[in-house]
Amino acid sequence: MHHTLVALVEDKPGVLNRVASLFRRRAFNIESLTVGRTAEPGVSRMTIVIDSDQASAERVTAYLYKLVNVLQVEDLGATPAVARDLALVKVTVAGHDRAALLRVVDETRAHIVDTGEQTMTLEITGEPPHVDAVIGRLEPLGIIEMVRTGQVAMRRGDTALSAAQCS
Amino acid sequence: MSKRTGSQILWECLVHEGVTTVFGYPGGAILPAYDAMLDYPIRHVLVRHEQGAAHMADGYARAGGGVGVAIATSGPGATNLVTGIATAMMDSSPLVCITGQVPTKLIGYDAFQETDIGGITLPITKHNYLVTRVNDIMPALKEAFHLAKSGRPGPVLVDITKDAQQASAEWEWDPRPVKLRGYRPDRPITSSDLAKATALIRASRRPVILAGQGVIQSGAMNELVAFAELVDAPVALTLLGLGGVPASHRLNLGMMGMHGEAWVNHAIQEADLLMAFGMRFDDRVTGNTKTYALHAKKLHVDIDPSEINKNVAADAAIVGDLRETLKDFLDVLEPADHGPWLAYIDSMKGDVAVRDIQNLPDSGHLYAAHVINDIWRITEGKAVVVTDVGQHQMWEAQYYHHETPRSLITSGGLGTMGFALPAAIGAKIARPNAEVWAIVGDGGFQMTQAELTTAAQEGVKVNVAIINNGYLGMVRQWQEFFYERRYAATPLRSPDFVKLADAHGLAGFRVDARPQVMDVVQQARATDSTVLIDFRVEQEDSVYPMVPAGADLHAMIRRPEPSVLAETGADPI
Repeated sequence: MHHTLVALVEDKPGVLNRVASLFRRRAFNIESLTVGRTAEPGVSRMTIVIDSDQASAERVTAYLYKLVNVLQVEDLGATPAVARDLALVKVTVAGHDRAALLRVVDETRAHIVDTGEQTMTLEITGEPPHVDAVIGRLEPLGIIEMVRTGQVAMRRGDTALSAAQCS
Repeated sequence: MSKRTGSQILWECLVHEGVTTVFGYPGGAILPAYDAMLDYPIRHVLVRHEQGAAHMADGYARAGGGVGVAIATSGPGATNLVTGIATAMMDSSPLVCITGQVPTKLIGYDAFQETDIGGITLPITKHNYLVTRVNDIMPALKEAFHLAKSGRPGPVLVDITKDAQQASAEWEWDPRPVKLRGYRPDRPITSSDLAKATALIRASRRPVILAGQGVIQSGAMNELVAFAELVDAPVALTLLGLGGVPASHRLNLGMMGMHGEAWVNHAIQEADLLMAFGMRFDDRVTGNTKTYALHAKKLHVDIDPSEINKNVAADAAIVGDLRETLKDFLDVLEPADHGPWLAYIDSMKGDVAVRDIQNLPDSGHLYAAHVINDIWRITEGKAVVVTDVGQHQMWEAQYYHHETPRSLITSGGLGTMGFALPAAIGAKIARPNAEVWAIVGDGGFQMTQAELTTAAQEGVKVNVAIINNGYLGMVRQWQEFFYERRYAATPLRSPDFVKLADAHGLAGFRVDARPQVMDVVQQARATDSTVLIDFRVEQEDSVYPMVPAGADLHAMIRRPEPSVLAETGADPI
């Protein structure tokens, strides 16, 4: 089962290393990890997707809190959340019908972000299963390069995750 | 405000933190700090290997209840601390380790004696710091001491570059308490958690308290005894919990787990409630968790939330200070009577007594259990005993009966051979008026025996009892039980320990018969300097009872009948 953990951390050198080291040491496999800024200066936000059961997700949350630089942790598995993943996919257009590719683009809300003589690069954004599905349709057409950002996620509704209470 | 170098700030901070002794070894990247040290009222103990510095600081902290400080240079100096830091981490011992680092502009260029000690110690410290600017030295050190001793204690490493030590800045001590956004060790105990816990306690008919080192670290000994008496519950102790309840107390059951006495483990297996106080259900304590205390509800009190539901699922849990929690319990609970349960546990002790080595006829051979039990009797149970790891460690736990907290210091979680001698030196420095015994195997002693020289140079008096069976005894025991007596790499030759003592100008004795024990122990106690005693004990004796690793807690290997006790010559090879 996938668990999406969101951690607000202090933006200090080595914090990413501390978090990654924790997952390695406790033998949890990270499926994706993204880091970026938040609206609050000095606070970064990590979205970590792991494959684990509920008890293990609770253990990881407790371990994350043991890290001095970790301010807040939320397991989005238990709350309705918006999740997005972004992929850039370079597909060859040589040797097959360009129209087939454009049909996929049209039907899946993908965007063409670059075109070369032999290739076309698409941007796909959406819930991770949507991105998976689009990539599945592109595979028969010939993917020659791909990158995914990994998931970012946020709780739905009016409540916000904030480090303000850790002041 | 006045001008200080980084090195001076370092020592100013240590003095403000109440540090009087540091254990260390100088070197290039920490030289500015060593130079400044001479101007401050700090005792520096020069070790023979940095591992010894970390263990001494650890023993100092555990014996005295304060923070231990170890100091080393960059590179190999820092990496030599690693075993000692990991030992302190596993046993939640408050250490601050200070290392020199190569100058900031050389970091990342594989400079001479450069190593990424921050990266290396990431998983074995509570937190660590790399300080590259003089103005960051005080905040890092203040936070390090705060982190090391608060909440669940642990080691913190502060790595300071040479240029930060050399640079100067306007400085004054900041007396404000440390505040860290992401660190909240002082959690309030919620009333709903308390209500759940007390409901379990009231409903129990066969309760057992499992007391760990948290009892000692939160200073909850008196409250624990009062609580146990109030709810009439027996107390089983972890290895690191020994001394948390007086061994002579009627409700004390003794040590639980792999080498716990049979009645302790049976009581746990048959209990209807386990009250785990400041302990973490280590695998050496539980055996197979799938068959562990199946009839018991579990109430877990620990200051570290990540310990709740980690190894054993809790039916109720309280995260917080144990002493405060017990006070809350004492306020709301009414007296209980579990006479039949206690009598039942007592009835299980009978059959153990006949197998106890103390009840075996004296065959002329010297048994480790005899030696340790005699030391207990002669010291009236009042010594601070520091043990290493292995058979002697378990025999000590079984045959030296600890009455007070901080009277047993041992490497429990990491199981670090070589711990005893340096930790004993640290313990003696922390408590100069205490009688300190290092009880150590012939294998473990040789791992850090160079620290004997430190004891001699520093004029520190510890009594070192080497339980010498000519084997790496615990490994040999496992080979005997589980590997068909194929003694791969366990027979062990030792130097002449009496001559080794003599080479240091210290007294050394060899004992190979029980009648000599009393006299030699008394001579050691009467000597002002460190004494080494080579006890030549039965070579192939084993620690009983034993729960094989991963087996059910009630499935113990029991001591064989006297007639089948293996007896071999007393001379090590």
